[in-house]
Amino acid sequence: MIKYLIKRILWMIPMLIGISLISFFIMHLAPGDITSSEASFNPKASEESRQKLRELYNLDKPVIVQYGLWLKRIVSLDFGNSFASHQRPVLWQTKDKNGNIIKGLIQESLPITLLINLIGIFLIFSISIILGTISAVKQNSIVDRSITFFIFVAFAIPGFWLALLLMYWTGVMNQWLPISGLHSLDYKSFSQVGQFFDLLKHLILPVSISMLSGLAGISLYVRNGMLDVLHQDFITTARSKGLKEKNIIFTHALKNAILPLITIIGLSIPGLIGGSVIAESIFAIPGMGKLFYDSVLMRDFPVIMGILTIGSVLTLIGTLIADIGYAWADPRIRKGLVK
Amino acid sequence: MKQFYTLLFSLIFLISCSNNNSEVIDYNDNKISDGGILINAMSAEPSNLISMIAGDGASSAIASKIFNSLIRYDENLNFTDDIAESWEISDDQKTITFNIKKGLKWEDGMPLTSSDVYFTWKLITDPKTRTPYGSDYTIVSEVEIPDEHTFIVTYEDNYAPALDTWASLEILPKHILKDEDINSTFFSRNPTGSNYYKLGDWVSGQQVNLIKNENGILGAPFINKLTSRIIPDTSSQFLELSAGNIDLMNINPIQFKRVFPAKPKLKNKTSLYKEMGNGYTYLGFNLKRKPFNNKKIRQAINYAINKQEVIKGVLLGLGEPISSPYKPGTRWNNPSLKPYAYDPEKALDLLKEAGYEMSSENYLTKDGKILEFEIITNQNKQREMTAVLIQRRLKEIGIKVTIRVIEWASFVNRFIKTGNFDVVVLGWSLSLDPDQFNIWHSSQQGPGQFNFVGYENKKVDMLLEEGRRELDLDKREKIYHEFSKYLLEDSPIVYLYAGYGLTAVNKRIKGIKSPAPPAGIYHNSYDWYIPKSLRRNELSDK
Amino acid sequence: MSIFKGNPLTLIGFIIITIILFIAVFASVLSPYDPNYIDINSILLPPSFEHLMGTDGLGRDVLSRMLYGARISLFVGFVAVGIATLIGIVLGSIAGFYGGWVDSIIMRLVDIMLSIPTFFLILAVIAFLTPSIWNIMIVIGLTSWMGVTRLVRAEFLSLRQRDFVLASIVMGTSNRKVITKHLLPNSLTPIIVSSVLGIASAVLIESGLSFLGLGVQAPTASWGNILTDGKEYIQFAWWLSLFPGLAILITVLGYNLLGEGLRDVLDPKNK
Repeated sequence: MIKYLIKRILWMIPMLIGISLISFFIMHLAPGDITSSEASFNPKASEESRQKLRELYNLDKPVIVQYGLWLKRIVSLDFGNSFASHQRPVLWQTKDKNGNIIKGLIQESLPITLLINLIGIFLIFSISIILGTISAVKQNSIVDRSITFFIFVAFAIPGFWLALLLMYWTGVMNQWLPISGLHSLDYKSFSQVGQFFDLLKHLILPVSISMLSGLAGISLYVRNGMLDVLHQDFITTARSKGLKEKNIIFTHALKNAILPLITIIGLSIPGLIGGSVIAESIFAIPGMGKLFYDSVLMRDFPVIMGILTIGSVLTLIGTLIADIGYAWADPRIRKGLVK
Repeated sequence: MKQFYTLLFSLIFLISCSNNNSEVIDYNDNKISDGGILINAMSAEPSNLISMIAGDGASSAIASKIFNSLIRYDENLNFTDDIAESWEISDDQKTITFNIKKGLKWEDGMPLTSSDVYFTWKLITDPKTRTPYGSDYTIVSEVEIPDEHTFIVTYEDNYAPALDTWASLEILPKHILKDEDINSTFFSRNPTGSNYYKLGDWVSGQQVNLIKNENGILGAPFINKLTSRIIPDTSSQFLELSAGNIDLMNINPIQFKRVFPAKPKLKNKTSLYKEMGNGYTYLGFNLKRKPFNNKKIRQAINYAINKQEVIKGVLLGLGEPISSPYKPGTRWNNPSLKPYAYDPEKALDLLKEAGYEMSSENYLTKDGKILEFEIITNQNKQREMTAVLIQRRLKEIGIKVTIRVIEWASFVNRFIKTGNFDVVVLGWSLSLDPDQFNIWHSSQQGPGQFNFVGYENKKVDMLLEEGRRELDLDKREKIYHEFSKYLLEDSPIVYLYAGYGLTAVNKRIKGIKSPAPPAGIYHNSYDWYIPKSLRRNELSDK
Repeated sequence: MSIFKGNPLTLIGFIIITIILFIAVFASVLSPYDPNYIDINSILLPPSFEHLMGTDGLGRDVLSRMLYGARISLFVGFVAVGIATLIGIVLGSIAGFYGGWVDSIIMRLVDIMLSIPTFFLILAVIAFLTPSIWNIMIVIGLTSWMGVTRLVRAEFLSLRQRDFVLASIVMGTSNRKVITKHLLPNSLTPIIVSSVLGIASAVLIESGLSFLGLGVQAPTASWGNILTDGKEYIQFAWWLSLFPGLAILITVLGYNLLGEGLRDVLDPKNK
């Protein structure tokens, strides 16, 4: 097992280089660069100035050279500055000569995305465990069938459609929830606590929408896992010994059914930094999804590569955890690996 | 359990159907008073509030409220005072003398003088400044500032668009920027200006707040605070407008003509404004490709397209056909020119003259090849719809058209810059200054330049050169009227429509001029006000 | 039909899919109008006798567009999943059967693909090529094979240790025969299940792409682009939102119910 771990960790380095190389080249496949924005079609703007800008950003050099320059910087953890947002740092804030702090793009977008995703994951796991367990315990009853049906419907709804409908119902027809954005207009006059609750109020819809498919998937997974466990011999044994049903479910069955969830948690790690560009657009949330999407459209290479790099590192770590969890849970595979 | 759910659902149903908007607001209060907040929506965030460096519309929308230029356009699109109270053009038409107002101050109280103007000019002409707009200012051969209130520019050759360029240059404060690198200065996020508003709070990614500048050189506005919320999706913007959370947004023809009339509650609290837009949409031919080098073909296609139908279908009638690239109602528009009528028979005649014949499959053919081409356009709903309507009309006279929609950067780089296209549907802005040199002069056909359709007409070249040098307005008008005549006759593009600018504004905002003058409703936005009784419950005005 | 006994939800899924398939196949017969016929005098009409689902922004009949849209949605689903499944089976079986460094390389390839966001790839490809329906299907296919690969590999890994397989190898059966005759047929369950579920997800992805303007392009009708066209007037032209939204919901629901149902039915553990 240890040998396997070390091998995987060592593999990460060439893989990261491979991923970044492939991503870099794919990025350059799409025609155009930062100078091809919609504004560039303004007859008052001259071609020479665009050419000068290209030279400044090394865009006129061969792609492999540009990659080399980028690699050199990233190894020293220098993510560079954005092309589009005029010199704002990609990752973390810098100070200019007058002491003004210029915040990093990822630094500003990541927290809200993380918050939404973490709240989402917490809710998904807690609700799923409850729903999945109820469903499994009351297998084939009306309750099970309704929960299952609801889960499937949640999985099948196109997110942006539901979002707009909910925004209309809760924000326009009735004034229960805010429609978009992260803060009320006069939030600065609220207390700390007030501001926090204001933020939560704004996050109710976005989190609910982005949670739906995850909720459906995990609930189903828990249900199936619980069903597997509940049919196993040791449970029957426990029942025949006269243990209380509640005891059986919570202490014995649940514990075993939840272990495989570790795999899922591992696979969810890279997703933590990813935002849904669709949800973020609709709800006007300045998160990682929108940042990434805008960067791609504007060919803002430093930002694109910065986000992809962080994402790849997290993915590699996440899949490693997932694979370990999976192997641990399934003895058949464990044997195969150890061989 | 079952009863509980039934009760729950009925409760939700009842609540959602109840009308809790029972408050009746009287919008008839017109008392002018200071104060209030106006909230509008932007689809994108400004990138940099220094206009000469930023290229995007969001940045200039905000920057224009913070900075002033030497002169500006008034409501009738004539030049009027801004930083300069008056100006004189020398007899040889090569020198302009601007007389700067006395006692002007920046928002921090420092005086605004000719040295700021000179400093700004030096910045935009500096090769190290990353601006795409320098070329209009580098052609100035000499600049003098004899005193604090006089700014004199001399051009080597008469340059008629000069005044327009000075109306576009936002003047920056020398005392703050003189030691800064303009390309990376923090000033771009924290500017100091001189106009009606100054930058308040900029919450990154969410909103930009402007607050009243008491020292504004043109005076102080009524409304205390302008909040621009960044809401990327237009459907979300419309929902916010419907809920009364934003006061102002640009709307599309369907919302203007169909949605508002169908929603009386919404209509009652919103005023709709219609004004001549700022651009026109056209069908552009690649004149370097057969058969578009043949004028008869181009004219035929022009006759075959029913522009009224396009306006009705795409804009629901909220637009106008045009016959020259200028804003209808301005002097540059040649009133004697009429757009090509919808005349499919004439189109067929012209095509037959060019040697085409109807084949058995109902396509026009010549030398065994059918007349077919591809229209490309970028991802713009209106342009897509326009292309579809054109496709249908052209099919009726036997031309086969395919349509391709392409993402913008690819569109420009792979097709336009390389000249690799048949026909495009695109738009240009309706310029305020009539100079069209960059778009139509035969010298502007290089890659990355704007005469990408490949138009060459020596007479037009001469007119464009003359027009650039003639500062007398009446003489200039004649030149461009003639230029428009040639352009219409040659038909390198088909003018499709000039759409209206449509705005929805909450009725709380008063002082908007309607019908809109040629400059549009925003020209007097500093005169807008919100009567006390119609203001939001504002805890603070900061 | 005994498959469905005790599993009414799966039956519902099966019925839904059959209906949708029927609609897709017979769209040209069922459709009252030409889905691309523009009538600028009938722009945005609410549902009526002439237009059961109303008309869209160019006066085209929504019902007809919905019927043809079924074709597009299913077509995208089938082709994309077909590509993904094919790649997944090939790579998964090789990785699971041979193990060792072949397995390592393939799994590292899977990891690489998982690290590059699907969306980024889709955007790059579409920007480079043009958003056509084929490109969309190929890209969705090329970015969804990782799940199938892992599943097939896992099945092969565990099956490979089974007696009947070992016996077969000892007897000298060629590797190819072992894979195709013994291992693959017994791994069908996860392949079938993930294919069915994959179709559902492909339909959802197309609607998401349409929202961003990268989906199936005009004038071809897809449920995703009908929905997107109407999103700015959901309070007014509710028919442009309701029908395609429901259609996507029901179709995806159908495939998911069927897929999960098949999983329950075919999984030997539940017998």
